Amino acid sequence: MKQSPFSVKRFGPNALLLEWTGEANDDVLFDVLGFANFLKKQCLSEMDWEMVPVYNSLTLINRNYSEPIGRLCLEIHDWYAIYPGPEDLISRHWELPVCYDPEFGLDLAEVSGQLGLEKKKLIELHGNVKYRVFGLGFLPGFLYLGGVPEQLQIPRKSSPRISVPKGSVGLAGFQTGIYPQSSPGGWNIIGNCPVPLFNANQNPPCFISAGDTVQFFSVSRAAYDLYRLEVEVGVYDNHKKFSNDSG
Amino acid sequence: MIRVKEAGFYSTIQDLGRFGFRHFGVPVSGVADSVSAGRVNALLENNPEDAILEMTMQGAVLEFTEPTSFCFGGAPMELFLGKDPLENDKVYRVLPNQILYCGRATKGLRTYLGIRGGFKVPKVLGSRSYFKTITNKQAIEVGDTIKYLPDTTFEPKILKWNHPEHIGQKNLRCTPGPEFQKLDQAVHERLFNRTFSLGKEFNRMGCQLEERLTEHAIRMVTSATLPGTVQLTPSGKLIILLCDGQTTGGYPRILQLNPEALAVLAQKRNGDPVFFDPVDLK
Repeated sequence: MKQSPFSVKRFGPNALLLEWTGEANDDVLFDVLGFANFLKKQCLSEMDWEMVPVYNSLTLINRNYSEPIGRLCLEIHDWYAIYPGPEDLISRHWELPVCYDPEFGLDLAEVSGQLGLEKKKLIELHGNVKYRVFGLGFLPGFLYLGGVPEQLQIPRKSSPRISVPKGSVGLAGFQTGIYPQSSPGGWNIIGNCPVPLFNANQNPPCFISAGDTVQFFSVSRAAYDLYRLEVEVGVYDNHKKFSNDSG
Repeated sequence: MIRVKEAGFYSTIQDLGRFGFRHFGVPVSGVADSVSAGRVNALLENNPEDAILEMTMQGAVLEFTEPTSFCFGGAPMELFLGKDPLENDKVYRVLPNQILYCGRATKGLRTYLGIRGGFKVPKVLGSRSYFKTITNKQAIEVGDTIKYLPDTTFEPKILKWNHPEHIGQKNLRCTPGPEFQKLDQAVHERLFNRTFSLGKEFNRMGCQLEERLTEHAIRMVTSATLPGTVQLTPSGKLIILLCDGQTTGGYPRILQLNPEALAVLAQKRNGDPVFFDPVDLK
């Protein structure tokens, strides 16, 4: 029988935590996401089960407390044995505009000083990478993006801001990300993305999913304002505009 | 409909929560004390999913424009319909233009007002539960109107329900969290052999306990959290996530509260004592 690459832990009376061994990388993430899709399709009804894949773990949460979770601890390995792998997993690539204007890049000057990089170089480096989405969490629509180059890795701010504006793009350690709404936060803010990542009135509420990649491109203040205007009047389609596929 | 004359300290519409959107970072939300809220809906012979008003510490003043039946539960509060005093877990009728006065909670923290058929605020992502950035409103405000379906025919099967009280209970029934085994025996003992008190930071997202457990250097990759997850920060603070708590976190998850324990915790106030009561998983 195919050996499962994860350990299974009980997580309270209605949840199970599957933890893949080894570091969180693209292969592990795809296996996590692929197995989650397989479970949804073949084993666990979406009416009753919620799945939270993030980095190298998958949490299965039952809506009710009635389901006997204990037996699943064993069954899950049988299911992995017949799971064909993440072959049909869809991963999209998104290109998102960021304005690095000083008005938005609240910490840009300081980050540039601390990292010993000119602002122009810093922006270029930040935009050169296809960041992998390792999951969503912390806030509705917040993406955990991995793959920040070592030259851009900088510790969190020693004292967090009480309010970071919506759309702020930040750096913290090996992570970069966008604040989908204003929130307290300790990341170093270098710019702002005019495209809203989360819309509660759409289903799905977020057009980017775990497993996708995101790349940033630098836009002028004027272009930023135009995107904002387009967002306001609702004339653009995220898929057509920012993705490699139009589906 | 109901016209909000006074909103109270923090009053929100809640149902059983938003299910199916956690992987987008959307918290579950829903009633904080599901035991009390469930009782109210049951007495009204409602669907368990029907939306209810959750009032915190200081209640609202509400005017009804159509007839219906209602019921209170959870933290006992000073309650009047016009001049008539009311009690919890009892079904009452209300006529058009009558005013319901909810005062201070005398014990516990959260009081529930259920109404026959539930409050009909719009569903967003499958739920009526208020949550900032998901629903338009974060809490009810003076001047708001809240819809419900008028009812004049309801004859409750049970008029008043007497039940054991979980408000004031100190033990929080729990099971080990995913990172529990990363702490050593001495820390486990300290966790279970002492009383903790609730800190000032306490809202629907979570609460902090006053006493620190132990500093640690356990590193982990960000992973899912649930309502009732007890996290241990590197400086040794204990944070318990509640219904509006974030869906992922990077602090070790050392315990997981049972749903009954969440209902107990939802009724605590700053300074109240609690202790962790480990139970076996079925």
